[in-house]
Amino acid sequence: MSNKPVAIELKKITKTFGKVVANKDVDLTVYEGEILSILGENGSGKTTLMNMISGIYFPDSGQIFVKGKEVSIQSPNDAFSLKIGMIHQHFKLVDVFTAAENIALGVDDGKKFDLKRISADIEAINKKYGFNIDLKKKIYEMSVSEKQTVEIVKVLYRGADILILDEPTAVLTPQETQKLFAILRKMREDGKAVVIITHKLHEVMSISDRVSVLRKGEYIGTINTAEANESILTEMMVGKKISLDIDRSEPKDPVDRLVIKNINCSNREGVKILNDVSFTARSGEILGIAGISGSGQRELLEAIAGLQKLDSGSIIYHNSKTGKEDNLRDKTPIQIRELGIRLSFVPEDRLGMGLVGNMDIVDNMMLRSYKKGKSVFLQKKEPKTLAEKIIKDLEVVTPSASTPVRRLSGGNVQKVLVGREIAASPTVLMAAYPVRGLDINSSYLIYNLLNQQKEKGVAVIFVGEDLDVLIDLCDRILVIGGGQINGIVDARTTTKEEIGLMMVKSKGGNADE
Amino acid sequence: MNNVKKRKDPLIRISKRDVPVWWKSLIIRVVAVAFALVACAGLIVIISDYNPLDVFKTMIEGNFGTERKIWNLLQNTALLLCISLAVTPAFKMKFWNLGAEGQALIGALSTAACMIYLGDKLPSPVLILVMLVVSILSGMIWAVLPAIFKAKFNTNESLFTLMMNYVATQLVLYCITFWENPKGSNTVGIINFDSESGWLPALFDQKYLLNILIVTVITVIMYIYLKYSKHGYEISVVGESENTARYIGINVKKVIIRTVLVSGAVCGITGFLLVSGTHHTITADTVGGQGFTAIMVSWLAKFNPFVMAGVSFLITFLERGAGEIATILRLNQSVAAIMQGIILFFIIGSDFFINYKINFRSSKKEGHK
Repeated sequence: MSNKPVAIELKKITKTFGKVVANKDVDLTVYEGEILSILGENGSGKTTLMNMISGIYFPDSGQIFVKGKEVSIQSPNDAFSLKIGMIHQHFKLVDVFTAAENIALGVDDGKKFDLKRISADIEAINKKYGFNIDLKKKIYEMSVSEKQTVEIVKVLYRGADILILDEPTAVLTPQETQKLFAILRKMREDGKAVVIITHKLHEVMSISDRVSVLRKGEYIGTINTAEANESILTEMMVGKKISLDIDRSEPKDPVDRLVIKNINCSNREGVKILNDVSFTARSGEILGIAGISGSGQRELLEAIAGLQKLDSGSIIYHNSKTGKEDNLRDKTPIQIRELGIRLSFVPEDRLGMGLVGNMDIVDNMMLRSYKKGKSVFLQKKEPKTLAEKIIKDLEVVTPSASTPVRRLSGGNVQKVLVGREIAASPTVLMAAYPVRGLDINSSYLIYNLLNQQKEKGVAVIFVGEDLDVLIDLCDRILVIGGGQINGIVDARTTTKEEIGLMMVKSKGGNADE
Repeated sequence: MNNVKKRKDPLIRISKRDVPVWWKSLIIRVVAVAFALVACAGLIVIISDYNPLDVFKTMIEGNFGTERKIWNLLQNTALLLCISLAVTPAFKMKFWNLGAEGQALIGALSTAACMIYLGDKLPSPVLILVMLVVSILSGMIWAVLPAIFKAKFNTNESLFTLMMNYVATQLVLYCITFWENPKGSNTVGIINFDSESGWLPALFDQKYLLNILIVTVITVIMYIYLKYSKHGYEISVVGESENTARYIGINVKKVIIRTVLVSGAVCGITGFLLVSGTHHTITADTVGGQGFTAIMVSWLAKFNPFVMAGVSFLITFLERGAGEIATILRLNQSVAAIMQGIILFFIIGSDFFINYKINFRSSKKEGHK
């Protein structure tokens, strides 16, 4: 490796935000013509480090060398003139512009603005790397993977030699990921330096030449991918050996608990979001829901939780003790609770829906229970006990129970939310992307909690994005695409590829109709 | 690499502070006021021949000079505080009620109407009770109209409440032509001047004491309502995130309407205090823009009723001091208004220094070899 020319070298980079040390004395070297993975858990400072190379943050101390020269990168423009381009996790595109317009945006090469000439230049890039995008298509009509392609082309059009991709595969299907990797390999052959930020181990193994690991803001080390394996990398990432297996027990006499029949719903513009969805969630079982984000998962869960009005269909809850059946359709969360149905819901938007960021842990505990009792005043004793119990049991890292939850880290926020929802001893537990943004330890803690609930006979519905996890954790997996159910598979026998194909099926299906 | 200058760090960098400790925040605020006073002094030196210290002294004397002045200061503070308390529940819920002015004015109008039409029919204590109830109801009606439209049709509450102010003003002007006394003066004059029917009584010979006590009680009630009641909790949840409110099954529309009713009711009480307890007359200017100042007070105090008392006091002090330097020193009243602006600017600006820290480029760099 060392015979390749150095693209970027970082020396003793430190960056702090208030008391939080995001990066501490980080050294890093990227060579031309290689793919380097930056691996680390959430909050380990990967993105912060890359943001300092791309001019979004400025380091507190340390030096950056680009092609051997010491530089000071104070803005994204500085980065661009050093031929550094970053593809962010959240795309920075103008929705109502076409692909070509977005790519040309902000580029001033001193020549007259001529979209035709620019389009021709872009096409040349497309051809070279095998991109397949329609330059005249508007961004809002594009799929996530198309948008990502536009971002990549944009960076290449600006002449970047050093590309940084922040968790590029998080939003892609396995097939799209393979396509992206093929393109990245082509760039490597072209002599470009590619840095990819990720926390998915198998991707690191399949795409990169070398891996640099960060842990809690500190640089742990770099190894050649060829000499690494997943358990070595995990140990570097977490700092100790941990087992990556999820215990999956066989469901104990499952009974139908929630029967969803032919539900349909549309959004404000009248576009169908759920199309004739039917399935059954059973007690003592984890039902996984896989699909590209935005395929109707949110609406589905919200419909069950009483937050989404349906056009038609029914949601029948079977009470196994009394044998009673209730239709939850168009009931409010309070009405559902008044029926004696304990339905817990961990929504995707934790601080915007499940919790109130500016309130402390105790007040957040009260969200579900504040109405209890006849008094007009709040009873803080019970929620306080509960808060302290959750902090202790789930090892929530917080200065105190009276800290606003928005000050907690992502993993701890999720522990508070999941803890509260489980404390209600539910019979149905729905969780949407419960481990998104969580470190490995917290993720496994959440998996274990879900498993415990399953063993208690709770019907668990788990919406996930990591197919490996879905396959390891769930009993059955429901694949949703474009608001339709594309199939339900047995998690013990299915493969990632099978699910990936089912995820995108609806698009082809619609075109045929 | 053309536009990257030779390696140079930025001169100033801004970074976020840790959770500020309360006494540190207080020090920053006090320093801000001190700086504000220095800036004011500079302004006075530039635009007039006065010694700034004389000007400050005049302001203090204008507020604390005599017993009567102190009572006036407290009375004005109380009324500003009352209307600030009124807007607070709505703003805490992020309902942009810009109509406190109109809601208080309509409360004042209905109070005056009761005094005029029922003044010689009911004994004063009963009349006062009727006036209080009517003013509360009218304030509530004025406030709840925009809220209903907001809840049902999602209309913009800022515009709607703002418009309602104009309706209230015109209604008052219309009524004044009816109630003119004496004829042709185009004013209502002091209502029930001889019988003092419907006037809030003086306590211990202090005509404003009752006003101040009433507002004090409202302050405490509002604090408890917002902090310890289930209603207050719902207000915070709806204000912070409507999605969360829906998620836990709060009926958002109901909370909006109920909270705005509370706001309107306290606005109505402010109108009542203005007419029955203070002016004993009504003009289109009875509320005098306090409904808008109140919004600033409420936000500056971050919705804490007790802090609001302090902010109201400060603003009233500045306003009264402004009047004083205009009359005694013959400085243009605008000077005082500018000073008020400077002081508020510094206080609001100090928030930035409480939350952020500024790093200057240091000559020696750490980690440099």
